Amino acid sequence: MDFIIPLLILAIPLFNFLLLGIGGVKMSHRLAGTIGCIGMGTVLVLSYYTAFNYFFSGNEAFIIDGVRKAATIFNVTWLEFTKNLVIKLGFLLDPISAMMLIVIPTISFMVHVYSLGYMKDEKGFQRYYAFLSLFSFSMLGLVVATNIFQMYIFWELVGASSYLLIGFFYTLPSAVSASKKAFIVTRFADLGFLIGILILSFYTQTFNFADLTNNPQNVLLSTGGATFLGGSVLTWALVLIFTGGMGKSAMMPLHIWLPDAMEGPTPVSALIHAATMVVAGVYLVARMFPLYLMEEFALQFITVVGAITALYAAIVACTQIDIKRVLAFSTISQIAFMMVSLGVARPEHHEALGYMASMFHLFTHAMFKALLFLGAGALIHAVHSNNYTAMGGLRKYMPITHWTFLIGCLAIAGIPPFSGFFSKDEILSACYSQSMFWGVWMSIVAGMTAFYMFRLYFLIFWWDTPDYSHHHHKPHDPKFAMSFPLLFLATVSVFAGFIPFGEFVTWNGHEYTIHLNTVIAVTSVVIALLGIGAAYVMYSKKNEWPARLAGLVPWLWTAAHHRFYWDEIYLFITHKIIFNGICRPIAWFDRHIIDGTMDGFAYITNKASVAIKGFQSGKVQMYVWWYLIGALLLGAITAVCWM
Amino acid sequence: MGTIIWYLIPALVMFCCGVYGFMTRRNMIAMLISLELMLNAVDINFVVFNRYLYPGQLDGMMFTLFAIAIAAAETALAIAIIINIYRSAKNIDVRDVTRMKF
Repeated sequence: MDFIIPLLILAIPLFNFLLLGIGGVKMSHRLAGTIGCIGMGTVLVLSYYTAFNYFFSGNEAFIIDGVRKAATIFNVTWLEFTKNLVIKLGFLLDPISAMMLIVIPTISFMVHVYSLGYMKDEKGFQRYYAFLSLFSFSMLGLVVATNIFQMYIFWELVGASSYLLIGFFYTLPSAVSASKKAFIVTRFADLGFLIGILILSFYTQTFNFADLTNNPQNVLLSTGGATFLGGSVLTWALVLIFTGGMGKSAMMPLHIWLPDAMEGPTPVSALIHAATMVVAGVYLVARMFPLYLMEEFALQFITVVGAITALYAAIVACTQIDIKRVLAFSTISQIAFMMVSLGVARPEHHEALGYMASMFHLFTHAMFKALLFLGAGALIHAVHSNNYTAMGGLRKYMPITHWTFLIGCLAIAGIPPFSGFFSKDEILSACYSQSMFWGVWMSIVAGMTAFYMFRLYFLIFWWDTPDYSHHHHKPHDPKFAMSFPLLFLATVSVFAGFIPFGEFVTWNGHEYTIHLNTVIAVTSVVIALLGIGAAYVMYSKKNEWPARLAGLVPWLWTAAHHRFYWDEIYLFITHKIIFNGICRPIAWFDRHIIDGTMDGFAYITNKASVAIKGFQSGKVQMYVWWYLIGALLLGAITAVCWM
Repeated sequence: MGTIIWYLIPALVMFCCGVYGFMTRRNMIAMLISLELMLNAVDINFVVFNRYLYPGQLDGMMFTLFAIAIAAAETALAIAIIINIYRSAKNIDVRDVTRMKF
């Protein structure tokens, strides 16, 4: 395959970022928006072409005897430190990166179009589009990375663009602190990632994914059985790399940044904090999956972290008031589903069904969660509030938003024939094939998913209609720029489940035919319907049930409402322990010892100059006197020494 | 060798007169003249040493020519400065020009 098109996929967003970032000040909003959308549209076409080529061309480079291969389109040396320590930048096409080449530009383009309406007349519109382009560039660079270091570089870049976009409304203190929180938490996690990379590459002498994943046995051998604190270094490396994924994908206990990241503009939440960037952690594990298979412990760690996070986020999502936060916690929960699915994937069970299921869910989730977020944006646009308490009965006012939102909810709840049903069903099958325990656990979480999503749906669109007369105008459906992405994504969410995903994405490239496990499918649908039914009973009309139920276990409700006090725990640890125990002594040392020394030098210099400044009297002839005396003295000293 | 001293003594006297004049005269033009005196004394030294110590070479001569050229330029500059001072202060007494201090 030619390298021009893949190169353009990366170059166009980067160019757009520079163009809009530097020249945006001089542009009108309309021009900047058009440039952003046309650029992203071009990328969309090129990526579709590339992905289509990869999956369907039958080219020898991509598929041999029905087995899909990873193909490196180009790989140039970027930095060469030593013979082994070479950092390359390249473009890798394999099933998952080709799949991401469909997901990212699709969502990104929809968000670009949507933002034309949503961010209209917003100050800094051009800057917004510049950052969107930067993010698209970084995310695309991340998924096509040929080596783990390139991935790390783009990983940090998506973190930076996420930071910039969360803090887009930089005059709001809450947005500023949310962006700082997101950056610091993910940065902290990335430290683990970096250490993991260094350990791994120290033993294997390579960064290349191809070298690492094609022969995982060699990687295991190259560590030579070295151990650290009772674990083999490979386990440590993989767990540390997963830590980076935990940070980006908001797994417990590093999830705290994601709910706050909702301070950013809603389209940004849809693009970055629901559909693309937050699945980077899942993508990372999938990318290194053959290596993870070598270490049972690492996989079990992923499973446990994912399962706990899924349950935790689902409980918390049932009690939040801010609709974007409900969606944020549901995102955390759904990403945890993908993680669990990877954690339970084993080649012995249905050819590592979990791997395929996880990627499938990543795909469908990206579509319907972006839809839900964009729908939430339309609602917020209409009622000027993030809280469902300001909404209710909106189905009559906003039919398009209502129907698309309903489709999104049905998809995430796992009701056939919507896309979420198929992917979630595969995940549950994978869990049951690994162990009954995780299967039941995830089924319960899936039921809760249906419950909290429909709680949200009913509270927004049914419940009690508040008095909208104090608004300038009644809530209404958004204009075409905003409703088109909703309709498009809703269509995708309806039909995406019928894609024979197993033919395209499997862990080893062999084709896998999805067959629904009837028992699991029926139970999960029944559970989902139970969740929806409970939500219907409690929230379809205004009644006392929710309050009464919350009053039944007030401590649980309060704790969940406060997100089980994770933020408070972090605040306690940082403010009380780290700040007082470490930062204050260091600050004292800096202020008194380091600054004191520097101030001392300055003080001495200052005093000395004041003392001798009288010499510069302005009387020229005095200067000559002093000069003469000095010259004579020097002459005398020289003469004396000479003698 | 005996004769070199007869050239150096006048040069020394000229130099000392220059120094004395530079430090005691208050008129800036007079100070400039004293400065020229010192320069010329040094020029004489150059020429004399060159002539007596290295008769085959011309380095000292060249230096002298160079110094004369520089001195001419420098004098023009100095007089320009003095004229400007005169215009602003109506006076060219060096004791009155003490504003360039700390």
